[in-house]
Amino acid sequence: MEELKKAVEVEQQDFKRKQRSKRIKQVLTISSPVFMLLIWEILSQTAIIDPRFFPPPTTIIETLISMSASGELFEHVKVSLTRILFGFLMGVIPAITLGLIMGMYSSIRHFFSPLIMALMPIPTLAMLPIILIIFGIGEFSKMVTIAASVFFPVVINTVAGVMNIDKVYSDVAKNYGANPKDFFMKIALPGAMPVMMEGIQMGQAIALLTIVAAEMIGANSGIGYVIWMNYKAFLISEMFVGLILISFFGYLFSLLLRGLQSKLIPWK
Amino acid sequence: MTLQYEKKIQVDHLTKVFLKNRERVMALEDINFSIRDGEFVCILGPSGCGKTTLLRILAGLEKPSSGDYNIEVNGSERPLQSMVFQEQGVIPWMTVEENVALGLRMRHAPKKLIKERTNLYLEKVGLTKYKNLFPKELSGGMKQRVSIARAFANDPEILLMDEPFAALDEQNKFILQEELLSIWEETKKTVIFITHSIDEAILLSDRIFLMTSQPGTIKEEVKIDLPRPRQMTQVRSDPNTADVFLKIWNHLQDEVQESRNQS
Repeated sequence: MEELKKAVEVEQQDFKRKQRSKRIKQVLTISSPVFMLLIWEILSQTAIIDPRFFPPPTTIIETLISMSASGELFEHVKVSLTRILFGFLMGVIPAITLGLIMGMYSSIRHFFSPLIMALMPIPTLAMLPIILIIFGIGEFSKMVTIAASVFFPVVINTVAGVMNIDKVYSDVAKNYGANPKDFFMKIALPGAMPVMMEGIQMGQAIALLTIVAAEMIGANSGIGYVIWMNYKAFLISEMFVGLILISFFGYLFSLLLRGLQSKLIPWK
Repeated sequence: MTLQYEKKIQVDHLTKVFLKNRERVMALEDINFSIRDGEFVCILGPSGCGKTTLLRILAGLEKPSSGDYNIEVNGSERPLQSMVFQEQGVIPWMTVEENVALGLRMRHAPKKLIKERTNLYLEKVGLTKYKNLFPKELSGGMKQRVSIARAFANDPEILLMDEPFAALDEQNKFILQEELLSIWEETKKTVIFITHSIDEAILLSDRIFLMTSQPGTIKEEVKIDLPRPRQMTQVRSDPNTADVFLKIWNHLQDEVQESRNQS
């Protein structure tokens, strides 16, 4: 009896210790950005770093609020998000389709592989002039730019995802009489999903990168435009607002995708 | 005593040659046998003797280099054969229920029939409670139960089993062997079962084909006359079993010795 009591006590203390170390880790995770902002604020307020180039975070937040109040900022965000959303879908959907087909049929894979390998290293922004020539300077050309940059990581990961499916599953499907359509929908697509989703995560990050750069070069609206124009006008707080928005949306998107991932891959 | 109409599987002069780096490997050489309807046959042999290749040919996953095989068809709706794979044959992105329903769904059987048969076999292997789980949450024994239920639910002409219990621990293996026997007694399917365990072969089979390697051939056939329904404990305590075990053991020993002397 005495022994048991002692054993339980030991375990309880061990449990408490683990809880405490977990809490400490959580605090550490939150504290680093807070700490950095705090230092920034102090250094900027005391003019140790030049507040013209690095306005204190409080000023940036004030600017954010006043820019939001005018409604203009909202327009730019809406424009950028629309471009990202449609461009993303325009890239991801054909990439998944082609990737699955390439993964399933080696002849198609061998046909398309060199094209993809040749086009992939070209930064999409380097193709922007051509895209502008073909699709004009409207919204569509921005979406095409995003689509092109998202396409490659997704198609490559989808092919890898299909090829990584254990051979025994395709044997099972074959033995149980799967036709090509069922094989596509019930084996190739779900089996490739985990690796494919990694490609989509990567594509998401690239999409954000591309849209900001594209908006800096050839646009008169959007978050990238906000950054570039305010820099040119030397409105540095306003420029920082643009940067904060990108950081925020990047984080939001990856959270959304992670949520989607656990919905789509409940079996992992 | 084998009458023509009850013959289920006929294999004639089946040969399979693999080419590896221009070298020929005789995986199977001149395999001949016939199996009656409702018979339980084990193919017993050491690893690498070509027994899995033989099964994969019958499963339609590989083509023979020469020779022929025939599986008699009784019901036009039925698939020819269903296979229980070694391990990991359970598809991880399908739930237990979806896995068991796989064959029926793939041939687009009526919804009501799928539901009925799936539930029946989930019940038989005791997995009804777990039907909505994914395989990652199952133990090895439960996964093989899913595999077995999937094969029986598909209601094929014949069942092919490729060492389904090889990866299980001893206790689980005994339990699953008896469960398999009891489902088989009810359905009276023709089964070809591959194993390298002599005990397993004696417990399950009506006949055992002893295979030898390189080239893979069937050297001998052993009839097991133990009464059915069988139970592991009965089979173990039957004095004849020991004789049969020794006979098979000696035969396989000779083979192993012989191939050692050759190399």
